[in-house]
This record gives sequence, C-alpha cells and structure tokens, in this order.
Amino acid sequence: MSASLLLAQALNGFQLGVLLFLLSAGLTLVLGIMNFVNLAHGSLFMMGAYFAAAAYGATQSFLLAGVAAIAGTLVLGVLLERVVLARLYERDHLYQVLGTFGAILVFNEVARYTWGQSPVFMNVPEALAGTIPLFGLAYPVYRLAIIAVGLVVGALLYLVIHRTRAGMLIRAGASDAQMLSALGVDTALVSGLVFAVGAALAGLAGLMAGPILTVQPGMGEPILILALVVLITGGIGSIRGAFYGALIVGIADTVGRAFLPGLLREVAERSFAQNAGPALASMLIYLLMAVVLAVRPAGLFPVKHG
Amino acid sequence: MDKPHAVLTAPLALPLHSRTLPSMRVLAATLLIALLAAVPLLAQWAGQPYYLTLVSRMMVFALAALGLNLIVGFGGMASFGHALYIGVGAYAVGILSFHGITSGWAHLAVGLLAGAVLATVIGLVCLRVSGLAFIMITLAFAQMMYFVAVGLKQYGGDDGRALPARSQFGAIDLSNDAVFYYVIFAVLMATLFAFHRLLRARFGMVLQGCKANERRMRALGFGTVRARLVAYVISALVCVLAGMLLANLTLFVSPSYMQWAVSGDLIVMIVLGGVGTLFGPVVGAIVWLALEELLSSGGWGLPAAADELMKTHWLGVLGLLAIVVTVCMKQGLYGWLVEREEAKP
Repeated sequence: MSASLLLAQALNGFQLGVLLFLLSAGLTLVLGIMNFVNLAHGSLFMMGAYFAAAAYGATQSFLLAGVAAIAGTLVLGVLLERVVLARLYERDHLYQVLGTFGAILVFNEVARYTWGQSPVFMNVPEALAGTIPLFGLAYPVYRLAIIAVGLVVGALLYLVIHRTRAGMLIRAGASDAQMLSALGVDTALVSGLVFAVGAALAGLAGLMAGPILTVQPGMGEPILILALVVLITGGIGSIRGAFYGALIVGIADTVGRAFLPGLLREVAERSFAQNAGPALASMLIYLLMAVVLAVRPAGLFPVKHG
Repeated sequence: MDKPHAVLTAPLALPLHSRTLPSMRVLAATLLIALLAAVPLLAQWAGQPYYLTLVSRMMVFALAALGLNLIVGFGGMASFGHALYIGVGAYAVGILSFHGITSGWAHLAVGLLAGAVLATVIGLVCLRVSGLAFIMITLAFAQMMYFVAVGLKQYGGDDGRALPARSQFGAIDLSNDAVFYYVIFAVLMATLFAFHRLLRARFGMVLQGCKANERRMRALGFGTVRARLVAYVISALVCVLAGMLLANLTLFVSPSYMQWAVSGDLIVMIVLGGVGTLFGPVVGAIVWLALEELLSSGGWGLPAAADELMKTHWLGVLGLLAIVVTVCMKQGLYGWLVEREEAKP
C-alpha cells in the first residue's frame, strides 16, 4: 500500500462524495423545507443520466447533453411534484414513502421501455478525456471535472441560500412554513421552486455520473440509499451537513472498499478475511451512520433554527 | 387518522349490529378466512396445484405485513426495513440446513433468538429518533444486513442457495404441500388471534396511546420507550417467522429477501388493506400479490400489443397502482369497511 495509491483512492472517494453531494443537496432541500421524503429522487438521477446519454449519443455534444439532462429532469420533477407529490404534503410520511416508491417502479419501467433493458453507454467528452499527472500518478481529468462541478455548485448553493432573497424565503420555509405563509408568501410556489431545483441537481448528478457509472434501469436506487445515509450522517435539512456528510461517506466508502480487505488479511485468518473483508467494506458506511445516530441523533452537522 | 380510538370502540359496538345482521366487516373477514381454509380442496378440485403455492406465498406475506402493522399502524413507527427480519428467518433455516441440522425446532429456536437479539439492539438505536429519521435508519439497517447476506459467500452470496429439504417437525410432514399450507394458515390465524388479544390488553392500549400522544403517555407515568421497543421486537419476530416459512416454501435462501423493495412491498400491502386495522394487512397482501400475479402473467384479452406491453412492464403498472392507492385511498380496502361501520349511528 503506497502513499500515492492511498491518495488516489482518497481522491476517488472525494469525487464520489461530491457526486453524492449533488444528489443529497436536492434531497435535503425537499426534506428540510417541505418535510417530504422523496424516494423517487434517485429515479430523477437515473432519468438525468439517460437524457444525457441519449442527447450525447445523438449530438456528440456534452453541452447539449447537459442541457437535456438538467432541463429534462427539471420538467419531470415539476410534473411529478404537481401531479403526485403535492397531494401528499399534508399526509403522513408513510404515504409519501409509498407514493414515491410507486414512482420509482414507474420510472424504472419507463426507462426500460424507452431505452431497453441493457445498459446505455456514454463516453467521456473528448475535451475531458485523458489523464493528468498528479502526485506521481495519472489521474483521469473527468473525475477532476466532477469534483470541480460539485464544488462550484456547492458554492453557488451556499451563496443563493445565504445571500439572496429567494434563499431567505427557503430558509424561512424550512424553519416555519406556516408563519411564512401567514406573512403572505406563496408557499406552494416556494416548495415547487425548491423541488424544481432539487430535481435539476439530480439531473446534473446524472449527467456527471453518466460516463463513469452504467446507465441502466434501477441505477438510481443504490445511490439513493447512499444519499439517505449522507443525510442522516450529516444532519437532515442542512446543506452544510449534506456537504460534509457526502464527503465523509464518499471517502469512507471508497477507501474502506480499497483497503479494508487487505488490512483484514494482515490481522485475521486468511479464509475469514477473504469472506468478511468485502462484506465489512460494504457495511462500513452503515456502521458509521449507526454510530453517529446512536451518539448524535440529529446528525453531525444539525441544522440551526432561529 | 384516529385509528386507536376506532379500534377500541369497534368490538364493543359490534354485538348491537350483529344481533340483526353480521356487519360487512366481519362478514368479509370471515368469508376470506373460510376461503383460505378451503384453498387446498379447491386447488385439488380444479387440478391446479400451483394455486396452493401461490396462496401459501400470499399468506406468508400477509403474516409479515401483519407483524409490521403492529408498529406502523398501532405504534406510529414507520419501519422501512422489516425485510431484514424476513431475511433473518430465512437465513436461520438456510444456514442450519447447510450444516445438516434439519430439525425445525432448532430452526425455530435459532431464528427467533437471533431475531430477538438483533431487533432489541437495532430497536434501541432506531427508537432514539422518530418520524422521517426512523424511516431512514430502519432502511439503513436493512441495507447493512443485506450486504452481510451478500458477503456470506459459503451460503451462495449474491445468488443465494437452494435448500435440500423443508424443516422437519417430527410428525408434521412439511414436504406435503397441503400440510405445509395448513401450517402456514394456522400460524397466520394464531398470530391474528394473538394480536387481537394483545391490542386490547394493557400493553396494546399503551402502544396506541404512544401513537396518539407519546408525551402525554410519559407524563401519565408509562414507560413509553419500553412499550415501543417490545412492540418493535414482537413485530420483528413475526417477520422472522414469515421469513422461515418463506424459505421453506421456496426451498431457497437469497439476499433478495432483504432487498429494500420488499420492505416497500410490505408497506404497500398495509396501506392497501388499511393502516391500523387488524385484518387490513392480510387483505392488502392477498390483493397486492394477486395483482402482481395477474399483471405479470398477461393474457388480459387486450389487443396483442397492449397485452405484451403489460406483461413486460407489469412492474410499472403496479407502481402506478401504488401511486393511485396512496393518493386516493386514505383508509385502504378493509379500513374502508371499518370506517363505514363507525359512521353508522
């Protein structure tokens, strides 16, 4: 285990974390402000990846792929919110889980119907293809681009939420939606807007993930579960929590998978290590989350109200 | 959803109506139970042994949904990870069988013990939070165990593994499909009866009180955390039982029993039948699995293209149905009967 390998894995983890942040940011906006659990967020991510892959395949332009992914999921998200989810705001969380669970099934079949069962491939755009030398190893430029996009989006979100009037309304909605509505603000508009932004972020995540993950039906679910783990670890409803939570989970997951089996082989019996290593690596982030929750039920970076 | 109140008054009011005419609700439940009891005969008469397996499967999931509804419907704790306990039951049967231990009593003891220990530990962590966080942390624990099962390479890992034979319970021969059917039926009925009594006992009242207003219950001096933990463990154990029956039914053990979609299915069944009604989950499970069977088998007599489309993409149709149920039905199929009855003067 060399230092540069560790560094490469840490960087990969950072990149996964940034991708998770794009997804969790949208999820936490909806969750924090509307107190709504949207399991179909992962499906929006999947649809974003499909839109991007289809547009890229047709035009060979990454820019157009981006437009298709973001605009497509935005429209889809607004439709989903208006047609189904808005009717469930007032209802118990159970019904929200159920409605969005149904939506996942529908989205998966729509994808299967439109693009078929087999994976769709999307190439890395030429401008971002190669690798660059980084601390003595060749690191793919595209992964650095993902990190850059995630950091820019994070900074923009921070500015919008903390420095603009719209952001003020969003924060007000998060701490007391009823009061905000009493002050004459159209809260349905605010929540619709927040949902649209969340969906677009999921689309952006899908676009960036397209070339490095397999674009196929059902690809949204595993990453949705990761995003939920991020939210719980970081603290539900806070963008800051989503950011740090995503980085922690991304790095823990990647580094754990890369080094835990080897580490276990050093200390434990060979046959046991071979079996337990990969399983333990997959469980690592869930263990992390359980420990965090047992010690700090509100997460590591709970949202501060008032 | 003032269900606790509804549940408490319904049985008391019942004799007044039933003296003249049995209520719709009781009639429907009795009819369904009688039908379930007659399935082996009907299947034999129709020469369709497949129905026996299909309805066995429905009853196994009805049992799991019944268990989950104890905490979802009566305790107000929406667990999105109860597939975990189905997996524990299934793997208890699977792992012991692989090592040559075929005694059903041993399977039962190990499964229930492992389930109880696991549920107590997980419950203690999960009950620290409520509402949305509870949904997600239960989901996360189920995922964690899913990966454990995937990691069990010697028991088939990802692909799962077939069982050599069903559990052996001495004189009761589970290898006979009809006998096995009636064992599942008996377990389901016994659980229904036990829950019926449990919910009317002091413990059940405390649990339902916790759902209505936990702070008030605490102020009244009830140990609410303990009551909720006990309910969580009981509901988990019922799911463990369902998992053991499922493994025996399919003669197969695989991590897919613990997939999060299974937890979602269980919740759909509960809501479809009626959250917080005793019999609702049974109705919901039967209807949901019947829909699954109908949609996936095709042959609707629609134009050929539409039939084919339905058959390949039945999951999407099922998803649409789930959305419609969620949006349109507040009390579920059986819950609707209960509600109607209460509306009467």
